[in-house]
Amino acid sequence: MSTVVVDPVTRIEGHLRIEAETENGIITSAASAGTMVRGIENMMIGRDPRDAWAIAQRICGVCTLVHGIASVRAVEQALDYPIPPNAELIRNLMIAAQFVHDHVMHFYHLHALDWVDVVSALEADPAAAADLQQCLSPWPNNTRGYFADVRDRLAAFVGSGQLGIFANGYWGHPEYRLPPELNLLAFAHYLEALDWQRRAARLHALLGGKNPHPNFVVGGAPCALDGNPGKTALDRRGRRVIAEVIADMQRFVDQVYVPDTLAIAEYYKDWTLRGEGIGNFMTYGDFPDPEVGMDDPARLFIPRGVILGRDLTSVQPVDLDDPDQVRESVTHSWYEYSAGKDAALHPYDGETRPRYTGPTPPYQRLDPEQGYSWLKSPRWRGQPMEVGPLARVLMLYATGHDATRALVDGTLEQLRLPLSALYSTLGRVAARTLETKLIADRMPGWLDRLEANIAAGDVSTHNDALFYPARWPASALGAGYTEAPRGALAHWVVIRDGRIANYQCVVPSTWNAGPRDAAGVAGPYEASLRGQPLHDPAQPIEILRTIHSFDPCIACAVHLADADGGSRIELNVR
Amino acid sequence: MTTRETFSDHLRRHGVSRRSFLRFCAMTASALALPPARARALAAGLSAAPRPSVIWLSSQECTGCTESLIRAAEPGIESLILDHLSLDYHHTLQAASGNAAEAARAAAVAEHFGAYVLIVDGAVPTGAQAAWSTVAGETNLDMLRHTAEGAALVLSVGTCAAFGGLPAVAAIRAPALNQGAAKGVGDLMRAGLVPRRPLVNVPGCPPVPGVMAGVIAHFLAFGAPPDLDELDRPLAWFAETVHDRCPRLPHFNRGRFARAFDDDAARQGHCLYELGCKGPEAHNACASMRWNLGTSFPVLSGHGCLGCSEPGFFDRALAPGGDRFTGSVFYPDEPPAG
Repeated sequence: MSTVVVDPVTRIEGHLRIEAETENGIITSAASAGTMVRGIENMMIGRDPRDAWAIAQRICGVCTLVHGIASVRAVEQALDYPIPPNAELIRNLMIAAQFVHDHVMHFYHLHALDWVDVVSALEADPAAAADLQQCLSPWPNNTRGYFADVRDRLAAFVGSGQLGIFANGYWGHPEYRLPPELNLLAFAHYLEALDWQRRAARLHALLGGKNPHPNFVVGGAPCALDGNPGKTALDRRGRRVIAEVIADMQRFVDQVYVPDTLAIAEYYKDWTLRGEGIGNFMTYGDFPDPEVGMDDPARLFIPRGVILGRDLTSVQPVDLDDPDQVRESVTHSWYEYSAGKDAALHPYDGETRPRYTGPTPPYQRLDPEQGYSWLKSPRWRGQPMEVGPLARVLMLYATGHDATRALVDGTLEQLRLPLSALYSTLGRVAARTLETKLIADRMPGWLDRLEANIAAGDVSTHNDALFYPARWPASALGAGYTEAPRGALAHWVVIRDGRIANYQCVVPSTWNAGPRDAAGVAGPYEASLRGQPLHDPAQPIEILRTIHSFDPCIACAVHLADADGGSRIELNVR
Repeated sequence: MTTRETFSDHLRRHGVSRRSFLRFCAMTASALALPPARARALAAGLSAAPRPSVIWLSSQECTGCTESLIRAAEPGIESLILDHLSLDYHHTLQAASGNAAEAARAAAVAEHFGAYVLIVDGAVPTGAQAAWSTVAGETNLDMLRHTAEGAALVLSVGTCAAFGGLPAVAAIRAPALNQGAAKGVGDLMRAGLVPRRPLVNVPGCPPVPGVMAGVIAHFLAFGAPPDLDELDRPLAWFAETVHDRCPRLPHFNRGRFARAFDDDAARQGHCLYELGCKGPEAHNACASMRWNLGTSFPVLSGHGCLGCSEPGFFDRALAPGGDRFTGSVFYPDEPPAG
């Protein structure tokens, strides 16, 4: 019996530590620990609710915008505050752009190096790489000369002896199985995606002023529309740039991201048999019809619901206001509750009092029997849930969404895999790729509707009627939700006398990465590692593959509110 | 021991054209307002510089600063990581994890002691809260203290690393929680918690990517930070306010203001001051450099400047005494008159 510790888990957002117990090279149990906390919800108390989005947005700069969106929606829901259809369309475009941007970057820049051996690419034959590219898609960078240049650039870099971000990778590990040509092609696309994402961010710049951290406003969208050129960023020329960005996104997804995912998956099909997790999946839903808004989850593009134990024939309804459904516990977290360590609280009543009881740094080991993470353990009706791309694709599939069924069935057929292959590390990777295509393909329709509204004389983007606190009820509460790239996200706000009285976020990576609950039941990260063999415990690439397949975002996952003092921190000296 | 190749050798060998290299130099020189002789010295200085080791430490942060740098153009991130810098430790981008990642940092410190650039994002918790942010079981404060020892330059990127930023924001119901424990790097140096080294602050939430790249380029070429203001911000990008360079400034001067986000004045691109714009007090280069390939910046896209590069920008509406907020930080409390 020995323990494999991975800290820092890199190529993620934030501070994550994994401790895995192994016996005869097999993981018998794992502990997932978030090791950084800031206290963001606590900063909301007493503020004007219109300001909350700007603070919430700073929870994360990778899945930037998702907390800004959840926050303005929470305040709007609390105040029963309708927004113009154009503002819904603008938000849909911004959320969709975030999905496409974030998923492509996750695949190439955060996850790829678990599957792609960059050093092996040096042995590639550029002509064979060009042939491979020509087989995969009509992507124009497909010549021998192009791949020779990429290989030479890589060779010069490696030859310099300064490997920079590629230093100390597990290069040459026998678990890397791609032929050199596919490694070279993937490395070329690693670089191309860095260039592509710069252009993709222009959509957020036009609609929100900048990326990362674009701007929002309670009551609509801040960017005024005008048909006349030169008056605002969203004149005809600006909207043409948005159309260009959307076309550029669709092209990259169709010709690079999707074919690369399939090509790489061919070599790792055994990864459809491991890393499942818990088999429960939850979505809150997103992408409203602009005329309907967020109040009717039945009319969302991505539906809301819970799937239990892989049962796609029955989708359970989810109610964010029901005190028995979403609840968080802190039994194994570095917090305490006034009602006791084993209580579970709904977010409207949420509280978090930080109480670090871990070992005094520098430390070698955490104690999973005690508190071991700055993440809480969220549960739906007492059960752990996986959220994210796999949950969404399964929900679309289970509810009979035609385009999803065609895409999923076609992909599985091409790879000669059964539907059950989705419940795995590789299934999660594939689901992320497929939903990127589904979402990117919706974007032109939203832009067309925006153009049609403008052409019909509707240029309204903001509802000023309820913007000022004097027009609000004395008390109100609401839950704002969205589907973030990493999964279901909601913020709960309680407003009293024009100020925030309580504010809670329950975040995708908290669902996935949280510690075990009061009953000792593991969350998705921990469950997904159990039973996995490690080829070499000193180079635990298998842990990285499965954890990265969830796309961890730990700054998001860690949060706290209603704390009453750093002075009460106790260090447990061992 | 082989002689370390120079920056220009490296670029030539890596097939980076001289034209692209000179374009980078020209852009940096222009941003720094260097006279022609000094601009030539910048190009010459960069040509003679080896690819420097960069160690990037992340503390209480959101990775927005890294994402911003990834959006940089001329030089782009792919060129920065392959051609201009040796980014030897960076959690978000590096291939290695766990022990292998820590070994890469140790090797960079040992091999380039006294010569590497240390970039920090995020505020650093101190005192009893030092355990609130750890990497590899070590507090961020300890890791920063050890790593700063051998740094030739410390670059605090983002308002959190520069001034404490978000983690230092007021929490009125639990003041002990946030106030005072999370600190920017400059404060840590002044308090003697981290060794004093040449320091440049590039605040902003996140910072403008070209400014981060420009500060590094200046340091590579001249071996010293650019001229700084009293908050250790480079004057070349922080001497002016967003308001000074705002395309809506003519409307301000003529008294033409938007009073709702989509009134006729807003659609005509009039000034957003009455809707809470903090451009006049925000020292930053957003209006001149713009964001995302020069596409736009917040004020141009219809929302007032948040003033995110200034210390304490989230707490402007905090009442004296710090126990309540007097109103909104970002918006008017009542409809603007007129």
